[in-house]
Amino acid sequence: MRSEFAVELRDVVKQFVTPEGNLLNAVDHVTMQIKNGEFFSMLGSSGCGKTTSLRMIAGFEWPTAGEVYIEGKPMGHTPPFQRKVNTVFQNYALFQHMTVYQNVAFGLEMEGADKSEIEKRVKRALEMVQLTGMERRKPRQLSGGQQQRVAVARALVKLPDVLLLDEPLGALDLKLRKEMQLELKALQKEVGITFIYVTHDQEEALTMSDRIAVMSKGKVMQMGTPVEIYERPANKFVADFIGESNFLDGKIKSISADEASVFVPALNAELSGVPMSKDLVNGEEVVISIRPEKIRIVEYDDGKEGIFRAKIINSIYIGSDTHVYLDCNGVRLKVMEQNRISRLDPFSFYHKDQQVGVYLMPENTLVLKKEA
Amino acid sequence: MLQRLRENKAWQGTLLALPTTLWLFVLLVIPLFLTLVVSFGRRSPDGGVIYGFSFHNYLRLLGYSTDCPGGQAACFDPLYAGILWRSLTLAFWTTVIVILLAYPLAYFIARSHPRRRNTFLMLVLVPLWTNFVIRVYAWMMLLREQGVINGVLGWIAAQFGIPFQPLQMLYTPGAVLVGMVYEFLPFMILPIFTSLEKIELPLYEAAADLGANPFRTFLRVTLPLSMPGVVAGTILVFIPVMGTFIVSDLLGGKQVILVGNLIQNQFLSARDPTFGSAASLILMIMTLIVTYFYTRKFGFGEEIIAA
Repeated sequence: MRSEFAVELRDVVKQFVTPEGNLLNAVDHVTMQIKNGEFFSMLGSSGCGKTTSLRMIAGFEWPTAGEVYIEGKPMGHTPPFQRKVNTVFQNYALFQHMTVYQNVAFGLEMEGADKSEIEKRVKRALEMVQLTGMERRKPRQLSGGQQQRVAVARALVKLPDVLLLDEPLGALDLKLRKEMQLELKALQKEVGITFIYVTHDQEEALTMSDRIAVMSKGKVMQMGTPVEIYERPANKFVADFIGESNFLDGKIKSISADEASVFVPALNAELSGVPMSKDLVNGEEVVISIRPEKIRIVEYDDGKEGIFRAKIINSIYIGSDTHVYLDCNGVRLKVMEQNRISRLDPFSFYHKDQQVGVYLMPENTLVLKKEA
Repeated sequence: MLQRLRENKAWQGTLLALPTTLWLFVLLVIPLFLTLVVSFGRRSPDGGVIYGFSFHNYLRLLGYSTDCPGGQAACFDPLYAGILWRSLTLAFWTTVIVILLAYPLAYFIARSHPRRRNTFLMLVLVPLWTNFVIRVYAWMMLLREQGVINGVLGWIAAQFGIPFQPLQMLYTPGAVLVGMVYEFLPFMILPIFTSLEKIELPLYEAAADLGANPFRTFLRVTLPLSMPGVVAGTILVFIPVMGTFIVSDLLGGKQVILVGNLIQNQFLSARDPTFGSAASLILMIMTLIVTYFYTRKFGFGEEIIAA
């Protein structure tokens, strides 16, 4: 019987010695459970511990403390060649002295599969990544995108329990990267294998993942679906790291199960019915996080509920959107407006010092703990 | 004039290659041609050359003899063919042993910490700072009957009260082999190191990831990717070993005569430059044939430069 979790990290620590001789917890008490068949991403900037975590699952590194489980079995010091996981490496790590066919067949030969079996499975794997006809080429004779596909085929042909991908699209240009994102996602659905995907690109993670672990400084900051991570960031770090956020200081005036009323000095108003996380108390100094696309700029109408007076600082036209910076009682707000209407007349755009109103609905904002 | 030179790539190439081409023409091509001419000649009684066109020197090298014990007109004399064969086998075994010794060390250096790597490489090169001949003499001190090795062995034997007869190590084929291996080891270590150093760490990880244990990773990934280094090293070792005469002269004495010694003798003591020339050319042809077949199978090790 298969375990419920494809991979589980229990309180894993990985310590390195820095060149200065200090100890550094590259991975700092990380616990995560990755379900079978899931597309799971570890997202964070460089040095956050995501690649080290992946390498511990692959077996290239061993935890200093804690344990990695694969299909319910503790891995201990099991070497990589005895783990039923395979890796797609960042720069592909293809064997340059072998043809595409030989690269893909390598893993099956190591299993001792017989020749006809190997032939069948390699053919199938190359079909899956649309490389039929390239069998006899050397990796050097392929484009970056094709090399990437060989790397995927080489790992997938082994039918691992888990496929580990370490920034596999990092070397590709933007357009190809977006194509490959969708392709990889479709491939994962097709084969039903658990994918663990490491990336620093939040859009990539949001596009592909069933669940995401946002990491920083060796710790998991939040784990959840793309919607949860974006709409309900657990803390100020995640709210700031994923997408963009305006942060306004505030103070909790009253509190219910998962909503609060918060007084916000910058707006000189109390917002009520603001979603919040559980660990806040009445009277606490907090921050309100507001996404730039969830604010609307309207005409200022004194006294109307939920509309606050603001002044345009500047507006930047970037094609699909216009980014507008506002001054709201001395606090800077960023607003993103979609350019739904084609305009050429310069007077139809915002101008500096224009008086406007900002409209924000409390349910589109979020109360977060104030952090240092 | 300068302007035209700046624009003309072909001229630039010619100009850059000119000094070396002249040098090689005067000091290699012309002497080689003279050697060829002389080799077809006959020795004059006073040690000069009587020019002609005869293959008798070559036939003599391959075993044709007119000085027969039974008084026949012609017979087979294995002396010179034996020398050629011995040179070939000795060069072969020297190369094999050098590869076997150099590879693990080169691997160790390539995988060591970058900070220590240069120190190790320098240690490999340190012996080359001493003169070649002096290093061979040092081996004589070690190997001779009253030498260091026999001294130590004798001392150990005395401690256990075992009677000890000094070993005859100097002036044996073994001594020549040891000397050759010692002299040419660095020329194998360096190219193998260079090709091993180029193998990126993720390749080893990829092999392990795909299920290869360390032994199979070595056979399927490390070894093939380092072959250019092995090939380059083999060429650097095999060719000079075929021709060298100092090592065999000093460590082999009269017991181990190689084609290099034969050539030296013909020019200096036997005073038969025609026979010496023929031997030189045979040596060159033998080396070329072996190198040709070897590089046809394994390439020139050019990837070590191209990669």
